[in-house]
Parts: sequence; C-alpha cells; structure tokens
Amino acid sequence: MSNNSSARRPKSKATTTASQEPKAPSAADDTHVMPSKPVERAKSTGLHIGEAAPGVAKVDPIIVADGIRRTFGGLTAVDVEHLEIPRGAITALIGPNGAGKTTLFNLLTGFDKPDAGTWIFDGTSLSGVPAFKVSRMGQVRTFQLTKALGLLTVVENMKLGAKGQKGESFWQSLIPGIWRKQDEEIEERAMELLAKFKLDAKADDFAASLSGGQRKLLEMARALMSQPQLVMLDEPMAGVNPALTQSLLDKILDLKQEGMTVLFVEHDMHMVRHIADWVVVMAEGRVVAEGDPHTVMRDPAVIDAYLGAHQELDLGVVTGRYSADAADSTTDAAASTKVKASDLEAAGMAELEDTSK
Amino acid sequence: MDWLQIFSNSASSILSPATMAYALAALGLAVHFGFAGLLNMGIAGFMALGAYGYAISILTFGFPWWGGVLVGMGAAAVFALILGIPTLRLRGDYLAIVTIAAAEVVRLLFLTTAFDPVTGSADGLSGYHTSFRASNPIPAGTYGFGPWTFNAVDWWVRILGIVALALAVLVVWRLMASPWGRVLKGIREDEDAVRSLGKNVFQYKMQALVLGGVIAAVGGIVYALPSAVSPGVYVTSLTFFVYTALLLGGAATVFGPLIGSLIFWVLQTLLSNVLPAMVAAGVLPFMSQIQASTLRFILVGIALMLLVIFRPQGILGNKKELTFVK
Repeated sequence: MSNNSSARRPKSKATTTASQEPKAPSAADDTHVMPSKPVERAKSTGLHIGEAAPGVAKVDPIIVADGIRRTFGGLTAVDVEHLEIPRGAITALIGPNGAGKTTLFNLLTGFDKPDAGTWIFDGTSLSGVPAFKVSRMGQVRTFQLTKALGLLTVVENMKLGAKGQKGESFWQSLIPGIWRKQDEEIEERAMELLAKFKLDAKADDFAASLSGGQRKLLEMARALMSQPQLVMLDEPMAGVNPALTQSLLDKILDLKQEGMTVLFVEHDMHMVRHIADWVVVMAEGRVVAEGDPHTVMRDPAVIDAYLGAHQELDLGVVTGRYSADAADSTTDAAASTKVKASDLEAAGMAELEDTSK
Repeated sequence: MDWLQIFSNSASSILSPATMAYALAALGLAVHFGFAGLLNMGIAGFMALGAYGYAISILTFGFPWWGGVLVGMGAAAVFALILGIPTLRLRGDYLAIVTIAAAEVVRLLFLTTAFDPVTGSADGLSGYHTSFRASNPIPAGTYGFGPWTFNAVDWWVRILGIVALALAVLVVWRLMASPWGRVLKGIREDEDAVRSLGKNVFQYKMQALVLGGVIAAVGGIVYALPSAVSPGVYVTSLTFFVYTALLLGGAATVFGPLIGSLIFWVLQTLLSNVLPAMVAAGVLPFMSQIQASTLRFILVGIALMLLVIFRPQGILGNKKELTFVK
C-alpha cells in the first residue's frame, strides 16, 4: 500500500544520500511530520442507520435531498430519489463520466435549478436559494475547472473568501476607517492559511502565475477563508502531481479533524479508498450504490457501472511491457501475469458493442 | 503653415471642457469595463442622458443649474437600473450588443420630432446658460496666459469640470483600493468563483453600472456646459472615441482615462489643424481640405486597432492586469 511505502521513506532516507535520490528533499518535505502522526487517520464509521443501500438514512445528516430531477432537453442528468450526506465525515461521490455528479453539485450549491425536488442543508431548505446565499450559510464549493482569479494576487484571492466584510458594501468602502482593521485581521488569517498550504511565498504574485496544482490548493484555501461547515470539492486531484496529491489528501483529512464535512467528486480510486468514510456511486443520474469505500468497491453493480472488472490488474504486466516484479504495488501482480492482453481487449470490445446497442 | 497657432490650439485643448468630458466618460467606462469587466458599448447614451437631463430640466422645468446637474445624474442612474435588471445576467458580448442598442434608442428618442418642444429634435437644445453663468463668482474679464487665456465664463466651466473630475477620480480611486473594488475585480475575472464565495454578484455589477453611468453623465453635462446640446454628438462613434481614450491610458487604472483623454484631444486638435494646413500648403495634393479633416477620424480608428493589438493595457496599465483578448 502507498501508506506503508510513505511511512518507510524516512527510514530508507537515512541510508541513502540526497544526491543518490533526487526526489529526497521533496519527499522529506511531504513526510517529515508523518512519524509523529498516525499514518492513516481513523475513518468515521457508524454513519448510517440500517443496511447500506442507495438512499440509506444517516445518523446525523448535514444534507437531505429528496426527489431531485434535472433534465437537459430529453436527457435526464440527475434523478436522485433520496440522498443523505453524513455530517463530520468525508463523503466521496464517484461514477462514470456523465453520471450527473457535477450537475448534482451545481444543484446542491444553487448554481443550477432543478426541475423538481427539495433539499435541506443543516435544517434549512435550500430550494430556490441563490448560490451566494448558499455559500453564506456555510456550504462552500470548488470547481472542476479551477477558478483562480488570475489577475488578482494570491492574497487578494484569499481575502475575497472571507465572509461579512464591512468594506465590501459600497458606501462603507469609501471610508477606510470602517474596514481597515477588519481587513488586516483577514489578511493575517489569509497568510496563516497560505502558509499551511505552502503558498505564502507566492502571496503577492498574480494567481495567473501559479501552476495548475497550486491553483487547486489556492481554490481550496480560498474556500476555507469563509469558515464553512460543508466543503464541496469537485475533482480536487485532477491535474495535480503525485507529490502534491499526498499533501492535498492531508489537507482534506485536516478539514474533517477541524469538524468540517467534506463532499468530493473524484475519479482517483486510490484517493477515494484512502480518505473517504462514505462513498456514493452515481450512474446515469441515479444513486446506484452507497456504503463504506471497501464494501462499495467490491459491489458488482459498481464494478459493472464504473470501476470495470480489471481494476486490480497492472496493464504493463498484462501486455508484457515489464515483468511482474515491476508491477505497481497497488495492483495484483500475480493475477496480472495470468491474464492475456488479447482476452481483455476482446472483452472490452464486446462490452462496447453491448452498450452501443 | 502657422505652427505657432497650431501648437497654441493643441495646448489649449488640454484645458478644454471636451477633454474633461471625455476623461469623465472614460473614467465611468473604466469602472464598467476595466474593473467590473462589463463590456458597455453604450457610454454615449449615458452622456446624452446627462446632457439632456441637464438642459431639459433647466429649459422646460425652470430648475437652477445645479438642479439640472442632479437630474442629469439621476437620469443616468435610472437608465443604468433599467438597463441592468434584464441585461446584467448576460455574458460579456451579449451585454455589448444590448448596450449599443439601448444607447441608440436613447439618441433616437432625443432626435425624433415627436418630442420637439422638449428635446428640440435635430436642432438640439441651447440657451440654458443664465442660471449657470449667474452663479459665476469670477469677475468679468480674461485671465490666464499663452494658449490658456480664457474669459470668466470659460474659466468657470473649466474649474467646475476639474472639480467634478477630481471628485470622480477620488471616489473611484478609494473604491478600487477597498474590499468593494476587490470583489469587483474578482467578478471581472470569474463571476462564478466570486458567487461561490458568497458575494451577491448581481448587486455588485449593478452598483458598478450605476456608478460608471453617473460619472459618464457628469461627463455629458460638462460637455454641454459651455455651449449647446446636439443629438449629433451622442452617436455610436462617441462611444468608440471614449474607448480609444480609455484604452490609450489603461482600462484598469484610475488615472489612465485622464491621461488617455488628454492625449486623445491634444492629438485630435493637432491633426485637425495640421492636416488641412498641409493640404493648403500643397503637401497632400491628392485630397481636399474637407477630406483632410476627415482623415483624422480614420487615424483614430487605426490607432484604436493598433492599441488593442500591441498595447492592450494602455500607457499606465500593467501588462498582466488587463489584456483585451484572454
């Protein structure tokens, strides 16, 4: 498992020199706090009441959605009968492309209006509430295509996230005396958060000069400036390099530790397995499965709809590009050697023909 | 060619009411386009409302001159509200189409003979100066030196123009340095991101539209202060001239519109003097004097194109802060 290897790294570093291992400094950067922390933080369990099934009731739901439908012309993008998101846990929303995950995100955050349905956030109905009010209630989202405000500096981006700023009202903004002090406090908080996200050195640069991964970090940090109860992340890992992924995962786990609820859309199954306490699987607009990550990923319906039957195989080994010794540690190397590439291909083609009918 | 006269005229335009009017309109446009990202192509309509609001309230309703100023500003604010409610939900280029049409509607309403007793239709309005000139504290006579020698009335117009400009610059400068300005610039970059952070984007865009519109209306009033209101002034090409001045100085700056308008008018005056003089001196044998004075507008068009292509951030702007094509 990747957790084991990252935990081992500090030990192995003692026997190698930095010049032999060019990646050592960054690896040390990411893991230098690891030994003092438990490697894998405890997952939240006991979130649901009764048997895990689509629409199962939760012990303490933060969002309860009922009968949400959204159609685009003839296409039903989202058709969710009942869905509850557990409070204080990390919930992953997975599913194939076009399953309606982002549309559901847009509906829950007020960026889109459903044709039918009601949903309650923290005891308040959010039907018909505009996006900015949803955000003010403590439900903040990020976007699949990162929206860093390119021609504002990084610290300005952050300060924009703070709620209840006196200087943001037209007339009060004309008198600096009213908002100067609050603005300084906000800047202080922004710098603390930036330091946590290792962006403090970039504070005065335009956000446009950041790399894709740094923009993801900035967007997340900016969302946290509003001190939300529920953070909704739309593909937080898309386009982020592996070294940064580890630190982003830790950030998300930190959010839970600080008492926030996290709902995220993600295609990276390792990440989902690693940090999610609960997984909701969508396909063709519906919730097809729910449960804790390990159970859900063994669910035949989920494998069929999304994961595919061969997720444990290392394609490099199957196609003979390298030997079983070099296989990725998260895959089943022994099984990979037994499968013929041509069989896989034939099965895939048959499946494609099946779905196109 | 009488170079001394040409240079004197050009230098005089630094302090002309037209320059101040353009600077005010360009500043209003900077709020719309440079800071809020609203592609308003109807700035001429806001200026017309200012000028006509001023003249009509004095001529028809007998308001004092300062009452006329308030009416002009109020008319622009109301126009911004009416224009904004249906259109601010539109994306940039659609807003441009709607605003250009709305400005034309305003101009044609002032031009039509249906309201001739009030608007003067094609003749425009004049003779509304009594109250304004009576308020002039400067004793009669001429003051100043060199190209900047004006009589008491001209000075009164210029002083008020400068005061209005200074106030507008101060307000815009304070606003853009405040958290309010930060939200506005955020909206320019990506309004969905700002919305997701709990800001009422529509309200900010509306405030920006009203503020910029009112500043542009003050520009229209300053333009009308010295002589008359003519419907032929508030045409679409005025919008493009103001855009040229704005982009020349720098769209996302506070002092850029001022510098841009200054350069625009000094160059305009210079060209309108030099080109006909060159024809008269036989330097441009292939055109008449009338053609030569039209040539300067062609040159303005070329200048606008070159600016947008090669220096979209203007003279004062930061290259990174605003690029016309993203």
